[in-house]
Amino acid sequence: MTLRIPLILLTLLTAPPAAAERGADGDLRILYWQAPSTLNPYLSGGIKDLEAASLVLEPLARYDPQGDMTPWLVDVIPTPQNGGVSADRTRITWTLREGLRWSDGSPLTSHDLRFTWLYCTAEGGGCAQAEKFRDVIDVETPDPRTATVVFNQPKPFPYGPFVGPQSPILQAAQFADCLGPRAPTCVEANFAPRGTGPYVVEEFRAGDVVRYRANPEYRDPGKPAFATVTIKGGGDAAAAARAVLETGEFDYAWNLQLAPEVLERMEARGKGRVAVAFGSLVERVAINFTDPDPALGAARSTRAHAHPMLSDPAVRRALSMALDRGVMTEIGYGRAGRPTCDLLPPPEGPDAACLEQDIPGARALLDEAGWTDSDGDGVREKDGKRLHLLLQTSTNAVRQDFQSIMKEWWRQIGIATELRNIDPSVFFGGNPDSPDTLQKFHADLQMYAGAYDGGDAEPYLATWSCDKAPGPENQWQGANVSRFCEPNYDALVQELASAATLDARRALERRMNDMLVAEGAVIPLVDRGRVSAHALDLEGTAVNAWDSELWNIADWRRAAQ
Amino acid sequence: MRRPFALCAGVALLTLIVLAVLAGPLLWSVPPERMDLAARNAGASLAHPLGTDQLGRDLLARLMAGGRISLAVGGAAMLAAVALGTVIGVVAGMVRWLDGPLMRLTDLFLSLPLLPLALIAVTLFRAPLAAALGPEAGLFALIVGVIAATSWMQTARVLRGEVLALMARSFIAAARSAGTPPLALATRHILPNVASAIAVSATLAVAGAIITESTLSFLGVGFPPDFPSWGRLLADGTAYLGDRPGRALWPGALISLTVLAVAYIGDALRDRSDPRGPR
Amino acid sequence: MIRYTLRRLVFAAPVLLAISLVVFLLLDLAPGDPMAQLPLSIPPEVKAEMRRVLGLDAPLPVRFGKWAWQFYVIEPATWIDRALGTALTEDRPRMISWQTRAPVMDLIAQRLPQTLWVVGLAYVVGILLAVPLGLWSAYRQYSAFDQLGGAVSIIGFAVPPFFSGVLLILLFSVHLGWLPSSYDTTLRVTGWDSLLAQMRQMAMPVAVLSLQTTALISRYMRAAALDVLGQDHVRAARARGSNERRVLMRHVARNAMLPVVSVIALGLPQVFAGAIVTEQIFRVNGVGHLLITSIQAGDLPTVQTITVLLAVFIVLANLAADLIYAALDPRIRYA
Repeated sequence: MTLRIPLILLTLLTAPPAAAERGADGDLRILYWQAPSTLNPYLSGGIKDLEAASLVLEPLARYDPQGDMTPWLVDVIPTPQNGGVSADRTRITWTLREGLRWSDGSPLTSHDLRFTWLYCTAEGGGCAQAEKFRDVIDVETPDPRTATVVFNQPKPFPYGPFVGPQSPILQAAQFADCLGPRAPTCVEANFAPRGTGPYVVEEFRAGDVVRYRANPEYRDPGKPAFATVTIKGGGDAAAAARAVLETGEFDYAWNLQLAPEVLERMEARGKGRVAVAFGSLVERVAINFTDPDPALGAARSTRAHAHPMLSDPAVRRALSMALDRGVMTEIGYGRAGRPTCDLLPPPEGPDAACLEQDIPGARALLDEAGWTDSDGDGVREKDGKRLHLLLQTSTNAVRQDFQSIMKEWWRQIGIATELRNIDPSVFFGGNPDSPDTLQKFHADLQMYAGAYDGGDAEPYLATWSCDKAPGPENQWQGANVSRFCEPNYDALVQELASAATLDARRALERRMNDMLVAEGAVIPLVDRGRVSAHALDLEGTAVNAWDSELWNIADWRRAAQ
Repeated sequence: MRRPFALCAGVALLTLIVLAVLAGPLLWSVPPERMDLAARNAGASLAHPLGTDQLGRDLLARLMAGGRISLAVGGAAMLAAVALGTVIGVVAGMVRWLDGPLMRLTDLFLSLPLLPLALIAVTLFRAPLAAALGPEAGLFALIVGVIAATSWMQTARVLRGEVLALMARSFIAAARSAGTPPLALATRHILPNVASAIAVSATLAVAGAIITESTLSFLGVGFPPDFPSWGRLLADGTAYLGDRPGRALWPGALISLTVLAVAYIGDALRDRSDPRGPR
Repeated sequence: MIRYTLRRLVFAAPVLLAISLVVFLLLDLAPGDPMAQLPLSIPPEVKAEMRRVLGLDAPLPVRFGKWAWQFYVIEPATWIDRALGTALTEDRPRMISWQTRAPVMDLIAQRLPQTLWVVGLAYVVGILLAVPLGLWSAYRQYSAFDQLGGAVSIIGFAVPPFFSGVLLILLFSVHLGWLPSSYDTTLRVTGWDSLLAQMRQMAMPVAVLSLQTTALISRYMRAAALDVLGQDHVRAARARGSNERRVLMRHVARNAMLPVVSVIALGLPQVFAGAIVTEQIFRVNGVGHLLITSIQAGDLPTVQTITVLLAVFIVLANLAADLIYAALDPRIRYA
């Protein structure tokens, strides 16, 4: 995630060979089994929608598959070194590339950047990407090619606005009448935004299909190679994999989280290939530090009562030691996963000792901590508290397998587990009226996956600070679902907020990751990759877990027969 | 195959299936939840006659455990749905002023989609039922309730139609003019004459309940993952259809055979209850 | 008869409003949430603001009033505007889907063609197969035809579409390569070639769905026909020496159709709601797909609208079934 700009620039300038001809390769058929529901990323925030929009709408800079920032509509990324970021870190100045045009032929100017900021921060608009524009007080436009984003406080990482697929640039002319509460009235604009990207929207059917054709105004006259693109939605991951790998009806399919054997067997038919890219997505078990006992009524799962069993670090540690993450990865994810004990992938690779399953060690640890099976029912007790835990997660084939297998391993160390699976629309919905949400956490343990957007882990790591705990006082809105609270950790969060140099930030982020893992605030299981499949004759794809998967679609082409 | 044979065949088949899932574990004692991580996705062998699943669990043992759940759900939900549907259908057909409201209630339930209804039921009733009956029995009651609540309508409509037609027949009019009280009229004259419709509905209801349970499992609001039902085994096995067809075909075949057996019994009962006897 | 029809129609209006209210309230209880599909990296306060903009914080009576006004007044007026070019609804907010921020009715209208093509055709095919099948099974009770037909239809009913659909795809798309596994909704039938393509892409979903319809309706048809075959007027007709064909068509088929017609009419509205699982497997993306994706995305306005529309159709179909019933069976007299 360092700014290896020169290298990236070099590859961009030299990379795609042979001057291709725009539109020479005909139609490209892509399958997104979760179909895009709108093409305006500011109204939706769903990944499927961001990716479908990324063919059209572009940000100033993107992340490449390694997670490094790469200039997109600018020549260089502003940094403190090149003077683009002011010394006090409150201003960042972007200079647009020359000659950029919208697909209707009008020029892209800094006014469009300013408008995009106004659009997302307009009162009553409900902008999904408001976080990207947090603390922005102005976007100055000294000339048509220059825009300066001004923050109301020093921003050690000023690359929130206009970077990555979450905050691309909208055309001011098209969206001028769509500010704030008027946003949903602009159906046509939301379904067919004008952009600077390689394609323009020809037809959009929400939740079904999007058809694009090559943008005649695209800045590279030889691109894109495909004249038209179709993104079809519907079905499930298995059907999507089948359509690329077995029947060859589609050229590319996205998000194929399937049993590894199933995917391997399909790939063996020789029609396509499976590609994987890793980002920051980590499947984990979160620990409830508060008591979810229903008898507590309103004080259930609140900071008022510590968890009777999981407050003991030995229990948390034993839960983690009893797991064989290698086997879990093999069963659930195959090539698309890597066993991990960390939330942020460590530079030197995972800690081998932690990955090793240690059932005798876990038993010894529990014995030592005083948890023993005194009545011989196979479940340990201490002070009248029985080690019987409820593990909840969302409904998903892999997660249900993981639940079953963890239950078995924990049985072997004398911990009884009850399983519960909840519909994802409820579990991840965060509806304060429902008892079954991630935030309410009316269980002892819960399994889910979390990640952060490209670039900066600060907001992600800050979610474990005390004041982010969901509870009745904030209508159960808060990202610290474990209700982990550790003053030392909060101090590190403060420190990270003001750490200016990238190296210092990386070091701090490491320390915070290590503290969370050592404290057992979370049990990381698998570093999950993005899995996609593409037809054998489709070249130029580069699965990207830090940005849109279709980020470089302008370079995709059909292999010569 | 004449009538007695149909009944015999149906009863024999159903008995065989019930016996297999109830008494099977005496002969094949592998626990359905035991994992053999070394033998994941294994084919048929002596240790696992039908092979194993992705966690190395024995398919034969899981089919027997799943059968107990599916048959119990099918039977209980069928009884509840047919009882509810019969009461509502007969009352609507017999009592004119209740006909409208009851049929509108039927319309309402017909229009409700299954999934949100199941989610609502889980949210509202899971905790109280679990407290009253224990987590497993509570969930069983909840699922049977959801299936019954979403499948009684067809029975009610068909019965109402039949009862309406019956009410116009002369022997009913005669019974009414003789002062037969409504309850006796229903049990003595109406029910025997609509028994064939009830039998057909019950047959379809068993099948429907087993299928609905599988759909609920498929949609993730059914039993938790450590409770295999046939529907769940079928849904899970479908992903492996190309490679290990047995994983889906065995539970699929068992569901079909069960429904077939129930259908034969239903047909035979229908004929027997026909007041005019066989042709 | 006419008075009865009018009375039923007049009563339908308050009934529909009451049903809408119950559906609305019930679905409002559902625990899903429109923010469920957003990545966890979007902070809770942003999601709270998005909920507020969607109008989720308004009290329930306000939300119902607004929805009912839009459903029963604004939307029909919009269609009038479109048809006649009037401007009744200018600048009046329409019912907006939370997921797409587009008018719900437009989404449904976009999905209806493929649902009617596939689910509707499957229904027609299923009925055309089931009626003769059930009739002949009853006429030749316990024959090989009856036994085989019964077994096949029961198996058809017992096999869930998520299994039979995948089986068909493996057979016809993967191994044989004859039929496409994915339904192209943008295909326009303009000539023989595109008609053939349309037939090919409909073949498998129609087959899966009509199997279910056939199984269900042929059971009812057989039972009803058996009832009629045992009745006095059939025996009398036979005793009079009417030929068998005439007995079967005039006496048996006509009378046995009575209960079956109600089953058919009452199943008709379900055609509109589409077929959730089958549509998903073949990517038909009709109304059923819209419903399930809206449920998963917590898109309440869409779910409520589809559900209430379905209720409206059911009430109307019910009315139609009763009227047909009365027309076919002169013994039923209504006050």
